[in-house]
Amino acid sequence: MDPVIIIGNGIAGISCARQLRKRSDVPICIVSEESPYFFARTALMYVYMGHMPKRDLYPYEKSFWKKNRLDRIQERVVEIRPEEKTIVFQSGKTQTYSRLVLALGSKARSLPLPGSDLQGVRGLYHWQDLEALEAHTPKLKQASIIGGGLIGVELAEMLHSRGIEVDFWVRESSFWNTVLPPEESAIINRHIESHGIRLHLNAQVQALQGDDEGAVSHVLTADGKEVPAQWVGATIGVEPNIEFLKQSSLETDRGILVNPYLETNWPDVYAIGDCAQQKNPPSHRRPIEAVWYTGRMMGETLALTLAGKKEAYRPGPWFNSAKFFDIEYQIYGQLSAQADPKNESQIFWQHPSAAKLIRWSFHPETRLFLGVNSLGIRLRHEYFHNHLLAGSTIDQVISGMQAAYFDPEFYPNYHPSILKTLNSY
Amino acid sequence: MTLSPQLYQRLGAASGLLGLLWSMLSIGTLGPSLGLMTVGVLLYSWGLYGPKGAGIQNNGVWHNALTNRGLWGWTLGLALTAFYVCIYWFPEVLGFGKETNTGVVALFDPLSYTLNGNRATQWFMYGTLYSFAIVVFGGKFLWKYRHNRYQIFRTLSVIFFQLIFAYWLPEFLAKMNPETPYFAKDLKNMWPLNYYFFDSWHLKNMLKGETLGLFFLIWGLLLIFVISPILTYAYGKRWYCSWVCGCGALAETAGDPFRQLSSTKISVWKLERWMIHLVLVLSLLTTIGLLWSFFGGKTGREIMSQQQFLGGTLIFLSICLVGIGVYKRNAWDRDTQYTLLSLGFLMLGSLAIHSFSDPRHILGLSAVKVQKWYGFGIGAAFSGVLGVGFYPILGSRVWCRFGCPMAAILGLQQRLFSRFRITTNGGQCISCGNCSTYCEMGIDVRSYAQRGENIVRSSCVGCGICSAVCPRGVLRLENDSPNNRLQEPIFPLGHLNSQKGTL
Ligand SMILES: Cc1cc2nc3c(=O)[nH]c(=O)nc-3n(C[C@H](O)[C@H](O)[C@H](O)COP(=O)(O)OP(=O)(O)OC[C@H]3O[C@@H](n4cnc5c(N)ncnc54)[C@H](O)[C@@H]3O)c2cc1C
Ligand code: SF4
Repeated sequence: MDPVIIIGNGIAGISCARQLRKRSDVPICIVSEESPYFFARTALMYVYMGHMPKRDLYPYEKSFWKKNRLDRIQERVVEIRPEEKTIVFQSGKTQTYSRLVLALGSKARSLPLPGSDLQGVRGLYHWQDLEALEAHTPKLKQASIIGGGLIGVELAEMLHSRGIEVDFWVRESSFWNTVLPPEESAIINRHIESHGIRLHLNAQVQALQGDDEGAVSHVLTADGKEVPAQWVGATIGVEPNIEFLKQSSLETDRGILVNPYLETNWPDVYAIGDCAQQKNPPSHRRPIEAVWYTGRMMGETLALTLAGKKEAYRPGPWFNSAKFFDIEYQIYGQLSAQADPKNESQIFWQHPSAAKLIRWSFHPETRLFLGVNSLGIRLRHEYFHNHLLAGSTIDQVISGMQAAYFDPEFYPNYHPSILKTLNSY
Repeated sequence: MTLSPQLYQRLGAASGLLGLLWSMLSIGTLGPSLGLMTVGVLLYSWGLYGPKGAGIQNNGVWHNALTNRGLWGWTLGLALTAFYVCIYWFPEVLGFGKETNTGVVALFDPLSYTLNGNRATQWFMYGTLYSFAIVVFGGKFLWKYRHNRYQIFRTLSVIFFQLIFAYWLPEFLAKMNPETPYFAKDLKNMWPLNYYFFDSWHLKNMLKGETLGLFFLIWGLLLIFVISPILTYAYGKRWYCSWVCGCGALAETAGDPFRQLSSTKISVWKLERWMIHLVLVLSLLTTIGLLWSFFGGKTGREIMSQQQFLGGTLIFLSICLVGIGVYKRNAWDRDTQYTLLSLGFLMLGSLAIHSFSDPRHILGLSAVKVQKWYGFGIGAAFSGVLGVGFYPILGSRVWCRFGCPMAAILGLQQRLFSRFRITTNGGQCISCGNCSTYCEMGIDVRSYAQRGENIVRSSCVGCGICSAVCPRGVLRLENDSPNNRLQEPIFPLGHLNSQKGTL
């Protein structure tokens, strides 16, 4: 029997493979060019900063793959022939499949700037990106990061931890203010600067300048500054890694288009994770969600279908988290950076001195609870998940909040202060 | 002029080493040497944890040859091991003499006279240095985790118990009661961690030790049979292992820089389970044997006969066996089976001891030798040489993981009935692995967290570092009803049709 082939051994592909193996004996083969084993992309920064050894990137031991009969091939796939149910490797070899799962992930978007092909200008996504950065590190004195998102701030922390001066170029007027409301964003601005990062807001980078050897040497800004940088991190976002499929008959837009069953327009071919784009996403979700959790959920859902129990991908309430240097951030449900007062009211509590904040959003008329986000205070996922599913009101959510905190024991209890603030609204 | 962080670290290291050299050359008095070492640790920590501000301080841990099993790690490991070998087997090298002390040990004479009225022994020196290390490295740890109250309280607790209960009080009590024979006076050091508690000589000395001796005998029994089970039920084994215990105290303070070296491999976990439970069964059997021979002796016979002791032991073990069986009747897992099997084996063992031993020989082995070898193997070689000497190679909790019978008992209880667990925060885990890397007990925390499963492991000492280093706020140490502890993984995590268990 031809195997189920999964291209991509990221969280999406591996979640699918694991759950499929639990439910079925079909041969499974995982193809990926980047790494022989599944690794946690989310921990790349910790390896660079010396928190973790490289071997701890791998969530499963080597014996796991053998024990679960998950075959692995480390090679690049260059073509798919859906009529013949065949994939073609870079080496020219081919392999037929019974069903094919595309879990190709993303790649860093390249900078639309003159000089973006200079040596030392690079995103941070794949293992090889980290290797390149590591190899350059001994020579780096100053680095620039262009693009103020989650990977940008991680890269800033990484470089800074190795004693490299960092200029952080952000186009927006405040860090990540497309997602973070103004108070949150302001806290993070200050925090980034407090670590000695030079945060340039409203920044217009015009070009990158190289030296005689073709390596980047300076960042040129619209207002005429010339800032030295021997490394430029391109962190203006990621995009689905589907170049080799763009010319084929596979339906794509920014990502590979899928229906709720994660099926593509090719028979027996599915797409999951960062590379999948929902044709009709649920109202509370975006068509492409390039985060760990959705990859895992899609993989697990698809495994059910592949094992013969057809299951639609129906993500529950949105959740996510991040860490900006020392400040943890969590979000559950919907909460806008700039709330439209017709549909969304917000209330928030902020600690007078420490970087701690919680904000709730709800519907102004029905008082339906919409979402919550927090900085510096851990919140219990289950609590908000259940309230969001149950359609609770903001008042119900607030009255039970004592059960929602997830900080370690003995941490200060901010609940009385929070209630006081909320009552004054 | 401001000094760079690296300079602080270098100055600190230099000052610490100078202090060490000072005491090794035994110049003058102890004070300056300890002072130099304290200043050294403080300067070093200032340079290490000062500039970054409050938060997780693991930058460069795996780039540093001291903490990544590099050259400096091995050097320190060898030095520590040599030190232990001297203390246990060649105290004269350190200056401990038959009549008077010379060398390093002599430096501790004045302090020893003040505290207990006698000259220093190598053990007094060791106890002093041990407590000193817990205090100064405890200070370093407090500074490192200044943002985390759980860590602060926990560290203050281990420092307190070490200084007052383990170090000062026993010396003080000994000084106040110079007539009584020696018995252990550390209120928190319970059997079987105190492996000689039930040795004949120790029981006799306690019985001869008047009110104080009797108090320690009763306290010791209460501690292991009543107080500890209650506290472990309520808070998990952490109430002891990472809040009170002296071995834990050193591991959590001086050993903290090496916690990431504990292996998380599944094969090591297997080895750990076999070893620690074998040690437990062995130590229980030894204790039963020693007690049996005690009750055959003159002092013991007055309390109860060997038959009565055997009967009591068998009844106690059967109560445990039936109790666990009934309690776990609906959750009959491997751990329960092994526990019951071991209890059965112990009952057979007790019977065998009673049938095939005489007062001086337990199962054909000399009682005195059994005492000696157990003390040597478990007490010295394992807990000291391997346990601490190998901090920089095998991580800070080798002894607690593989060799401590106390940890084994508390662990069994933690696994079978306790309110303690580490709760996983829904679907927030990103599988980054910081929790597993920094688990000093080598628990692969990530393997549970990424499935949305709570962590209920017998070896978890509840240090709380996994929760501290997790960048996504996924882990929380909690005491709650034992019923919802072992919840099944949720699947698919965060999905609308998600269910408990595997759909
Ligand atoms: C530095 C960093 C930090 C992040 N932190 C977070 C976080 O904190 N939280 C969060 O939710 N998300 C985070 N993310 C995003 C998250 O890692 C991704 O959403 C997730 O890894 C996507 O998983 P995936 O399985 O879809 O794809 P990937 O992990 O990208 O795996 C796809 C694999 O397929 C391989 N592949 C692609 N095309 C081919 C081909 N033609 N032939 C062979 N192999 C191929 C790729 O090489 C890759 O190995 C982070 C990402 C980065 C880079
Ligand atoms: S629990 Fe936290 S530290 Fe552990 S793997 Fe998950 S996100 Fe990382």
